[in-house]
Amino acid sequence: MTLRIVVLAKQVPDPETPPSQFKIDESTNSVLPPNGVPPVVNGFDLNAVEAALQLRDAGADVEITVLSVGSEFVMDAMKKPLAMGADRLVLVDDEGLDRIDAAATVKVLAAAIEKDGPFDLILGGRQASDWDQAHVTLGLAEVLGLPLVSLVQKLELDGDSIALRRVIPDGYQVVSAPTPSVLTITNELGEPRYPNLRGIMQASRKKPEIFSLVDLGLSDSDLSPKLELKRLYVPESNRQVELIEGDDEADSGVKLALRLRKEKLI
Amino acid sequence: MTSILLVAEFDEQGDVTQGALQAITAAKSLSDAQVTAVVAGDASGSASSLAVDGVVTVSAIAAADNGIFEQVTADLAALVVSSSPDVVIFSKSDFGSVVGARLAFRLDAALAADCIEISGSGGSVSVTRPVYGGSALAEFEIASSPAVLTLRAGAFEPTGDTGSPSVESHDGEATVEQRALVSDTVAEAHESVRLEDADFVVSGGRGLGGPEPFSVLTDLANVLGGAVGASRAACDAGWIDHSHQVGLTGKTVSPDVYIAVAISGASQHMAGCSSSRAIVAINKDGDSNIFKEARFGVVGDWEKVLPSFLATVRDLKA
Ligand SMILES: Cc1cc2nc3c(=O)[nH]c(=O)nc-3n(C[C@H](O)[C@H](O)[C@H](O)COP(=O)(O)OP(=O)(O)OC[C@H]3O[C@@H](n4cnc5c(N)ncnc54)[C@H](O)[C@@H]3O)c2cc1C
Ligand SMILES: Nc1ncnc2c1ncn2[C@@H]1O[C@H](COP(=O)(O)O)[C@@H](O)[C@H]1O
Repeated sequence: MTLRIVVLAKQVPDPETPPSQFKIDESTNSVLPPNGVPPVVNGFDLNAVEAALQLRDAGADVEITVLSVGSEFVMDAMKKPLAMGADRLVLVDDEGLDRIDAAATVKVLAAAIEKDGPFDLILGGRQASDWDQAHVTLGLAEVLGLPLVSLVQKLELDGDSIALRRVIPDGYQVVSAPTPSVLTITNELGEPRYPNLRGIMQASRKKPEIFSLVDLGLSDSDLSPKLELKRLYVPESNRQVELIEGDDEADSGVKLALRLRKEKLI
Repeated sequence: MTSILLVAEFDEQGDVTQGALQAITAAKSLSDAQVTAVVAGDASGSASSLAVDGVVTVSAIAAADNGIFEQVTADLAALVVSSSPDVVIFSKSDFGSVVGARLAFRLDAALAADCIEISGSGGSVSVTRPVYGGSALAEFEIASSPAVLTLRAGAFEPTGDTGSPSVESHDGEATVEQRALVSDTVAEAHESVRLEDADFVVSGGRGLGGPEPFSVLTDLANVLGGAVGASRAACDAGWIDHSHQVGLTGKTVSPDVYIAVAISGASQHMAGCSSSRAIVAINKDGDSNIFKEARFGVVGDWEKVLPSFLATVRDLKA
């Protein structure tokens, strides 16, 4: 029997964008797309794709559907999960969907999942690197009324359930989750695989399946925000570093220690 | 009046956490605050001197560390419905992040995570939270109630006050079926000093090049009586366990001295250490971001700088 996995993936500005390129338009409270740095699939979401692929590698018959809500999708970025080995890409693509809040995103995801058909597992990222909220995957579990396990670093099929490890601050827990469940995946799972040439070729031939809000029976009024963004700005830093220079690097080490002692820091 | 339900966590010794003491400070900064702390059923003893107006015990919080949080979410949801607070506050701990989010979505309430400032007047709450890994700050206004908030560790001073709140117990809801089950908890042996509590933290990054150099960092941490931290890059490489990761998705530390060795100072890393009293950086690249955050620094190769630094610190401490 095929295990149908939905992976939630968000398109985000590349978090490796150099700080000098990170700019905000304070008149619209939005981040300006950095020049020449294309968007990427959120890092933890690629970990989630990797998690799904690991179930396949372990011999399970899985179908992996990547689901994303947004607008102005860049296909080179969004097709990466397909190139890694995912089977389908479903986009809810409509104007303004890149600016909705977590509550609205959960509504759209829930509607899209319902429309797309039955599933056995939903994997989401731990958090999206734009708004750093860590809400959507947790909220989706609540709205769908499904069991939830957060911060999953390892998973395997165990009969009808999923055996997994959940990261806790000083170690991990061994957990058994039923299907269907919602899991949030964290980077402790390990690096997502690089797409190989064959994967890239296959992905280039695949077309995303696209839903609009209307297709999902939703309208803008369903998406009104619970939080109103008043101001978005880059905080000023007025720290001034005191660089310690010695005759050579070893001497700098000595002088640094003496300087910290003089300051009564050590 | 702003009525606030503050979910307070306690550690294994039964002491209220620093996060909860910080949350009390935050809660009391709201105008005309009426603060009720929600505590685990069996922590009622130490809770009776918290600097709050009232204490409610909810027994499921004590068992919440099973990590799945089903019962505690149900019990807190019922408590919020029956007491209809304006604001519900959690620390952004593992527990607070998950239960705060579940609670908000279950009650269709507004939710803001990782807040570093909060203020409130006339039925609306405003919060400031770091976004884009800490590259920017966002201010939000929340007009609906309840507003569920989680607070970043270290963003508020822990309260030093005590009080004599009234204590009552809230009956748990009908037992909720636990659908995912925890069969085992495997915890790393505690270091002599917990990273989150350490006065000195020595952290290493990708520039260390491998696991071995962490033994030098450990020597330095031991001489200082501190703990060892790491960047995510060093943890992801497998050089040190992830429980040492400092940052946005790791631990938050606020030592007197944070020594960053071969760490570039990405905003997501600084999110976990920027409230340190002094940051000291050793990095061979003078342009790296860490020097924008550090108070003292050496531009140089750690392999040359660190041994003499360690030797001198050792002499000074002898
Ligand atoms: C959503 C999200 C969450 C994240 N959460 C965290 C987090 O919690 N914690 C975290 O740390 N990161 C986090 N990151 C990753 C973060 O963005 C950086 O990628 C990471 O912190 C880089 O680690 P680093 O400084 O060790 O490595 P690098 O950025 O590669 O820096 C290595 C540094 O070492 C220096 N160096 C090299 N050789 C030497 C030498 N011989 N002597 C001296 N210096 C040398 C280099 O000059 C360089 O500055 C997160 C990222 C995202 C997107
Ligand atoms: N617009 C979106 N489309 C698809 N998945 C999303 C979207 N927003 C958030 N997610 C998923 O929810 C996780 C947590 O996001 P967030 O709550 O925004 O930090 C992400 O890692 C994604 O897996």
